[in-house]
Amino acid sequence: MTDDAPVVELIDVQKWYGAFHVLKDVSLSVRKGEKVVVCGPSGSGKSTMIRCVNRLEEHQGGRIIVNGIELADDLKAIEAIRKDVGMVFQSFNLFPHLTVLENLTLAPLWVKHVPKAEAEDLAMQLLQRVRIPDQAKKFPGQLSGGQQQRVAIARALAMKPSIMLFDEPTSALDPEMVKEVLDVMIELAGEGMTMICVTHEMGFARAVADTMVFMAEGRVIETSPPEQFFSDPKSERTRQFLGQIIGH
Amino acid sequence: MIRPQDDIHNATAAADVEEPSSAVLAAPSAVVWKPLNWAKSNLFDSVPNAIMTLLAVLLLWEVVPPLLSWGVFNATWFSADGTAAACRDGTGACWALMGEKNRLMLFGVYPYDQHWRPALATALVIAMLATSALRRFWVPALAYAWLGVVLVVAWLMWGGILGLRYVETPQWGGLPLTLGLALLGIVLAFPLSIVLALGRRSNLPAIRAVCTGYIELVRGVPLVSVLFMASVMFPLFLPEGVTIDKLLRALVGMTLFTAAYLAEAVRGGLQAIPRGQEEAADALGLPYWRKMRLIVLPQALRLVIPPIVNQFISCFKDTSLVTIVGLYDLLAATKASLADPDWRPFFVEGYIAAALVYWVFCFSMSRYSQWLERELATGTRR
Ligand SMILES: Nc1ncnc2c1ncn2[C@@H]1O[C@H](COP(=O)(O)OP(=O)(O)OP(=O)(O)O)[C@@H](O)[C@H]1O
Ligand SMILES: [Mg+2]
Repeated sequence: MTDDAPVVELIDVQKWYGAFHVLKDVSLSVRKGEKVVVCGPSGSGKSTMIRCVNRLEEHQGGRIIVNGIELADDLKAIEAIRKDVGMVFQSFNLFPHLTVLENLTLAPLWVKHVPKAEAEDLAMQLLQRVRIPDQAKKFPGQLSGGQQQRVAIARALAMKPSIMLFDEPTSALDPEMVKEVLDVMIELAGEGMTMICVTHEMGFARAVADTMVFMAEGRVIETSPPEQFFSDPKSERTRQFLGQIIGH
Repeated sequence: MIRPQDDIHNATAAADVEEPSSAVLAAPSAVVWKPLNWAKSNLFDSVPNAIMTLLAVLLLWEVVPPLLSWGVFNATWFSADGTAAACRDGTGACWALMGEKNRLMLFGVYPYDQHWRPALATALVIAMLATSALRRFWVPALAYAWLGVVLVVAWLMWGGILGLRYVETPQWGGLPLTLGLALLGIVLAFPLSIVLALGRRSNLPAIRAVCTGYIELVRGVPLVSVLFMASVMFPLFLPEGVTIDKLLRALVGMTLFTAAYLAEAVRGGLQAIPRGQEEAADALGLPYWRKMRLIVLPQALRLVIPPIVNQFISCFKDTSLVTIVGLYDLLAATKASLADPDWRPFFVEGYIAAALVYWVFCFSMSRYSQWLERELATGTRR
């Protein structure tokens, strides 16, 4: 399934917010089709790291290479990468003034210039896939949190990305809605999508992860396969963290 | 069965503790006449309130009847001989002034025998405005209709071709001038204000500095001085022999001035849009201008309809300041029409009429903005 050439590569990435060193020597390599799950305590830089991959945040040191293109100030390169990297946010960030269908067709129409009928067909297929085809004409504000997040996933997929980034996609949801979103993500994983996913849903991690990454205080503390990560973590820090979130 | 009764007991007990006296007063007695009840609880519910109510009634008694007898019962409505003689004999308002001078007030110094041209032009524009206000006409064809109307209006006002006599802009005046200046000022200032507002929030320091500097500079001076600059100072910098139409200069001044204020209103809207909206658009690969046009501005502008319309209303009324550079807007034309010594004593009636015209336009804008806000909010409530 997986290919050997990395599609996302972070090499010794450094980032500061003013004087605050958020990312310290962060390195990560993701192969095609690989599922990476990132976890770690709050404020450890997980969001910052994942947001550097599509340049929502700028890094100040080291290198980030996506699909063979190095992220730098070149706007065209950044736009090219963003077309191919979908992102799902913790707070959904759907466009409230557009219907669900318009949310899904916006980027295909205005970024890829796909004909309207084709974009709408694709959007309806995607809504089918995330199991809410009957909500196409509604506005995001009229949907439940779980439905909104599934729309957000569909919106990202509408650009036919080869890589998907998830930043705590279920942590803003009521518990009973978490599963419906995770099910969609598990299905997506099964289809061979390359995924980098920040989440504390360890059940999901066990089910889909090829690689677990643990971050703390801006550093990658541990990178290991899930079997080892959960049963015999290399570092004491990881052990503590897992104890906290699985313990209760 | 026991629960509800308990609740009632509790409620009465609570009311008794909090305000024992008013509870007695407000106790419903089914036989009391309703308006009397209403007056009791709203106009006479306390001693200060009762005093205020009585004072207000007294004031209305003093003001309203004299006003009515002046404005309606004793007013002179027509002048049989075209002079103000009838008005001088009467004790009330002289509305006959309107019959005699309405064309001067409405069209200023535009050639008298050609008044049908600005009248038709104004009617066309007002009809188009009314049409454009309705959502069902928001189709691409509307833009072409406007283009056509603008051409026809320009032809009517200027003439010079197709059998119409040429009328130069210094002769334009009255309502068409006021309406034209306000409308063009708003239409030109609006896009400029959006660019300024976006520029003020730009990441590029040079653009940010220019936009901020412009907005703060213009907001720091009165419109009168901007108009004065545009009409008196500006020509000094032009090469010998080059002149720019006075009306155009006033329009540019109005536009630049209005844009600075509008920009701040627009910026307020931009600031209210959560960062996540832009991030989501960025993540989808939307380039800057498309992101602004499709995602940020539609949401931001919707939020600031009230302050934007506020600015439009200001702009409409501010057109009366162009009189200082020698243009005859509605107010100046009204004033000029009162220069006739025969009618001069009745200037109050003239200004009331002009004020009424301003009010009709401004009030329409205000009501329309309220409707628009509701109309655009449907379905998107978060
Ligand atoms: N725009 C910013 N300016 C300054 N500091 C920031 C900014 N964004 C994040 N930080 C800081 O950077 C650190 C890392 O933030 P980040 O959001 O990446 O953490 P996280 O691991 O995603 O945490 P969480 O689990 O709470 O989402 C935090 O200490 C945060 O306060
Ligand atoms: Mg985070």
